[in-house]
Amino acid sequence: MKSKEPVFHIVKRDDLPLYKVIGIRLIAILLALAVCSLVTILVTKLNPLDVFRAVIKGAFGSTRKTWVTMQNTSVLLLIALAVTPAFKMRFWNVGGEGQVLIGAWAAAACMINLTGKVPEWFLIVAMSVTSIFCGAVWAAIPAFFKAKWNTNDTLFTLMMNYIATQLVACFAIVWENPKGSGTIGIINNATEFGWIHIGNKYLLPILVALVMTIVTYIYLNYTKHGYEIAVVGESERTARYIGIKVDRVMIRTLLLSGGVCGLVGLILVAGVNHTLTTTLAGGRGFTAVMVSWMSHFNPFTMILTSFLLVFLNRGASEIATSFSLNTSFSDILTGIIIFFIIGCEFFIRYSISFRSSARAKEG
Amino acid sequence: MFGFLSTFIPRAIVQGIPLIFGCTGEILTEKSGNLNLGIPGVMYVGGICGVIGSFFYEQSAAASGQFSNFLALLIPLLCCLAGSLLMGLLYCFLTVTLRSNQNVTGLAMTTFGVGFGNFFGGSLIKLSKSSMTSVVLSRTSLVYKTALPFASSLGWFGKLFLSYSFLAYIAVLLALISSYLLKKTRVGLHLRAVGESPATADAAGINISRYKYMATCIGCMIAGLGGLYYVMDYACGVWSNDAFGDRGWLAIALVIFAIWRPGTGIWSSFLFGGLYILYLYLPTTMEHMELKELYKMIPYVMTVVVLILTSMRNKRENQPPASLGLAYFREER
Repeated sequence: MKSKEPVFHIVKRDDLPLYKVIGIRLIAILLALAVCSLVTILVTKLNPLDVFRAVIKGAFGSTRKTWVTMQNTSVLLLIALAVTPAFKMRFWNVGGEGQVLIGAWAAAACMINLTGKVPEWFLIVAMSVTSIFCGAVWAAIPAFFKAKWNTNDTLFTLMMNYIATQLVACFAIVWENPKGSGTIGIINNATEFGWIHIGNKYLLPILVALVMTIVTYIYLNYTKHGYEIAVVGESERTARYIGIKVDRVMIRTLLLSGGVCGLVGLILVAGVNHTLTTTLAGGRGFTAVMVSWMSHFNPFTMILTSFLLVFLNRGASEIATSFSLNTSFSDILTGIIIFFIIGCEFFIRYSISFRSSARAKEG
Repeated sequence: MFGFLSTFIPRAIVQGIPLIFGCTGEILTEKSGNLNLGIPGVMYVGGICGVIGSFFYEQSAAASGQFSNFLALLIPLLCCLAGSLLMGLLYCFLTVTLRSNQNVTGLAMTTFGVGFGNFFGGSLIKLSKSSMTSVVLSRTSLVYKTALPFASSLGWFGKLFLSYSFLAYIAVLLALISSYLLKKTRVGLHLRAVGESPATADAAGINISRYKYMATCIGCMIAGLGGLYYVMDYACGVWSNDAFGDRGWLAIALVIFAIWRPGTGIWSSFLFGGLYILYLYLPTTMEHMELKELYKMIPYVMTVVVLILTSMRNKRENQPPASLGLAYFREER
């Protein structure tokens, strides 16, 4: 019967010491980078050193590139921070994309319709209020139905993305400038009326992201709301038992989550792109979901994770452009990195004990 | 009116075929308790693998001057199945063997798959140093588009039922087979048991991992065919990036619309196919082009409405598999 015994079996681990957890993750990231560079080498026939040189050049090659990398990191980080409270509650808000778009739509609507009619400070206040409000409502609709009738959150938020996309596509034609182009173009290009810039044009999202990281950390870990979110996420029944109104927590959290996404939309329209397109969010709503999950909902880890993804993305785009290949190359690399990072969690939570080693212990 | 319907319905059906593939594949997957959000990526990979296979075959055929219809059919088909199978294996390895979170794995697979499709679609010519200017596989497409020869001679009946290519009939057939498999066979019973309560199924001696692997991989292969059908038949062998769009997500939404029944999935796919192109038929004027964009919203709004309605009615037999989205670990019971 000995031969029927499995070669290895899997045991759940106790908590690993922190340095081992970090070690396992580092190994996973290094392996992922190795696979990524292997893929790059196969596609471009570059030698490995040149690959790394190109990636670093793509991300930090010039002052402007460095700023853009930091700006993109903070935008991704902001969306990840936005969806985190929802995830911690086990509410799958994959609608970050739509919430950002609808926030951007609201900001653009204010900019286009109010320019010239109100003072600039009023316009900026109006933009901020409406875009945060729209993002919040967009996220709260699925939350309401989930709280009331347990409607599937993943699919509902997903569909809201496409509804937002079509809405933006519709208004891109209504507001098209110049006529017949089908795009909105840079809003208030000459006057820069209603543009929000701090210092240079890259700094705004970076500062907002830094503030939001700290705020989110405190909100999740040191407030009553954060505690309620954690309890609902762990067990809805426990939450009900100790008197937490689950439906209220759900809607409130999603209002916040969507509100921050709306804020990102505002930043993109008023501070970064100054225009509205259907691809404004550019898939970052989905990437943010993965960033948040891979960082175990820790805002400070999210800084590193989103930086890693943006860094690779910029580098991969650089390589792709210089070889006149398609820039979707970076999506492949992003996928590979994520596969490795989520795969390595297994080795943190479980250990594999082989038959021979088990016997050696007994003997 | 009749004339309108006889042009609209076939077009709706053609739009619906990729959705049937995706929907059937995802139903099989979800019945095993795996919520595979990677289906959009899988469909892209299926499509592009078929394109790559057929691209190289057409190149070599052009060089040697021999073109076999049979090979032109078989090579893309096998490439597509192999590509989607690999994606399925990847998903299973991560979620079943390594017990990762299914939503995150699925989203990562979609990012990866769509990127994979767009990258190779956009760079195939550059990478293979070919002299073509764009990926146009018209010869393969002709083979794939071959319909029954007597369809055109049968008037509206032929146009409505017989004018499609073989993959369309395979889609319906696969959905019917899956329906039969799930409802009437022992394998189907076991599969449903795995999705509803893996612990019970495990106690009954069913190999959970094997069922999850098999269902997910077969599901992915079926979904991948949807991508192949789209490129080879609907798009006439022309690959353009992002053209497949969000059909993969619609297929996932359809699973709920069809309340996890492949048979229901068939007509709901046709319905959604119709909704998808309805905007072409609704009245718009040149001054109000923006209305077209609003009409494109209809399928998604419909999905949301159906989602809400099924959750409100809350009938027992209309619920998702009980363990959907949860990894199974024997020692955690």
